Amino acid sequence: MRWYFRAVGAKRIIAFIVLALFVIFFLGPLLNLLILAFTGRWNYPDVLPHEWSLKWWTFVFQQEDIANSMGLSFLIAAIVTGLSIVLCIPAAYAFARIRFPLSRFFLFSFLLTHAFPKMGLYVSIAVLFYKLGLMNTLAGVVLIHMINVLMYMTWIPTASFRNIHAAQEESARDVGAGPFLVFRRITLPMAMPGILVASIFTFLNSLDEAQGTFLVGIPNYKTMPIVMYSIISDYPAYAGAVFSIILTAPTVILLLAAQRFVSADVMASGFQVK
Amino acid sequence: MSIQLSIRQLKKRYKTGDGVSDISLDIRKGELITLLGPSGCGKTTVLRSIGGFLDPDAGDILIEGKSVLGSPPEKRPTSMVFQSYNLWPHMTVYDNLAFGLKIRKMSKPAIKQAISEVLELVRLPGMEKKYPGQLSGGQQQRVAVARSLLLKPAVLLLDEPFSALDAKLRHEMREELREIQADSGLTMVFVTHDQEEALSISDRIVVMNKGNIEQIASPQDIYDHPETLFVAQFIGKMNFVKGVADDRIRIGGLSFPNAQAHSGPVSIAIRPEDVILNDAEGQGIPGILKQIMVLGHYAEVSVELGDHGTIRGFQPREAVKSLQPGQKVTVHFAKVLTYSEG
Ligand SMILES: Nc1ncnc2c1ncn2[C@@H]1O[C@H](COP(=O)(O)OP(=O)(O)OP(=O)(O)O)[C@@H](O)[C@H]1O
Ligand SMILES: [Mg+2]
Repeated sequence: MRWYFRAVGAKRIIAFIVLALFVIFFLGPLLNLLILAFTGRWNYPDVLPHEWSLKWWTFVFQQEDIANSMGLSFLIAAIVTGLSIVLCIPAAYAFARIRFPLSRFFLFSFLLTHAFPKMGLYVSIAVLFYKLGLMNTLAGVVLIHMINVLMYMTWIPTASFRNIHAAQEESARDVGAGPFLVFRRITLPMAMPGILVASIFTFLNSLDEAQGTFLVGIPNYKTMPIVMYSIISDYPAYAGAVFSIILTAPTVILLLAAQRFVSADVMASGFQVK
Repeated sequence: MSIQLSIRQLKKRYKTGDGVSDISLDIRKGELITLLGPSGCGKTTVLRSIGGFLDPDAGDILIEGKSVLGSPPEKRPTSMVFQSYNLWPHMTVYDNLAFGLKIRKMSKPAIKQAISEVLELVRLPGMEKKYPGQLSGGQQQRVAVARSLLLKPAVLLLDEPFSALDAKLRHEMREELREIQADSGLTMVFVTHDQEEALSISDRIVVMNKGNIEQIASPQDIYDHPETLFVAQFIGKMNFVKGVADDRIRIGGLSFPNAQAHSGPVSIAIRPEDVILNDAEGQGIPGILKQIMVLGHYAEVSVELGDHGTIRGFQPREAVKSLQPGQKVTVHFAKVLTYSEG
């Protein structure tokens, strides 16, 4: 133990303790979740379960609406991500390259969707959806998910596009590429890290969205988080733990896969106002 | 020799009112022309108009006799090297260089061959696999120059390509560029606000000020015969005194031939090397020696000439040995340049 702290160094010991606390704070609940999910029998005062088992896993996978909800969740997340890309990437490029009146105002207006209590916003949207016949439809659920991610999906790619210098695009024109080829071969690949981060964010956000879906999608569109609520209230905590892991897994996998793109800069530059 | 690039009465005004006007310029094949002038005088505006990145309001640009105004940058036989951010960071040096050649449908072995040759030429052999982020600023600019050379443009445009580099490297790069130009016979338009750079590499210099051309001439002529007061002020070190013109140009007790038939009050410019220092009894304008600075093989002296202010002169080191600051001297001029007032 002593060699370890010596290696850390006296000056950094406080930073190290803070980090350690942080890790415990984050990983503690996750560890607890893991233990719960594989528990057979566990009596309260003991630190670890008496019996390990997979019975809650089989139980969860036997519930029909769970399997359905997983498929539905991923379908919706994929549609939301695809549509947001198609909609927001051109908008982000416009915000980054074209100076038009009130462009900053428009960019800021996306913040409004996050400025009010979500439920209030959703209820007013639900009233509108009701009139338009969008309640209890896939389109309605997709729309309400998109409202959530509009800001990230525009701001982060806008910053990426802004970081591409005019000279880099002009050089490409100069050596013989037309505007479309320049966008495809130069601009888009250079902005890709930001677009990827925003897309992952959008995908995860959609997987995780419960409030709006609950309001707009019930009873036919029960996504994973919605089903989660009923599992938590109807079954023992073990089943909830299993389900949480299923819900967390895509996040972890996607973030690990995208780690090389997710630099703090990409995120931070999305929140600069220029 | 034949005219490669011809700019006729080019005019461009931005919404802010800045811009250039009445730019006319003929550049011969194989010539290296420099656009020189202070910041904001419109050098980049002219260059971008040639490259196709700006639409001029009026005038014409002809390359090898044909107007290029209707063509977008990708269709013009020009190539441009920007001050910075020329390269695409997500591509290797090879891919950066090959991009334009692939668009031209060159075969892969030919591309490979051409790239390895051009990298040799810009002294970066074997750098194909590196990414721009792994190169120094100077190396990046070399790659950018190489990319333009590969395309064998009718005119190569360079917008202060070395200004972000340190002085020593800048010096090296400009010498290399001059060599490349001499070898390849490329026609080049080079933009700089560094007069030393312009004087050292150009066949001819175009001095610009406030959106207009002040003078077009060889470096030697620009230095020896600046046509306007602005050029006299901008190029090299210069002293300015007031004088009067009648049949001769008169400064204090001195007079010079009035070749250009000026009349009335005139501004007179004198190069420091044309300042002649005599002792107090000698012929010339009396003054007091203020300062002697020995700078290696020569010395810079400053002399206060009463109403005419202070002027600086260059003297051989031997000549200042016997001089003391504070002593009375007289000053004479080997050569003067005269400009009408106003
Ligand atoms: N896009 C633009 N919109 C408005 N004004 C501009 C624009 N580009 C340049 N100007 C103005 O036009 C004038 C000439 O600009 P230009 O860039 O050609 O100067 P320059 O000689 O290249 O200067 P520098 O040495 O600083 O690069 C300047 O006053 C500049 O402020
Ligand atoms: Mg410029």
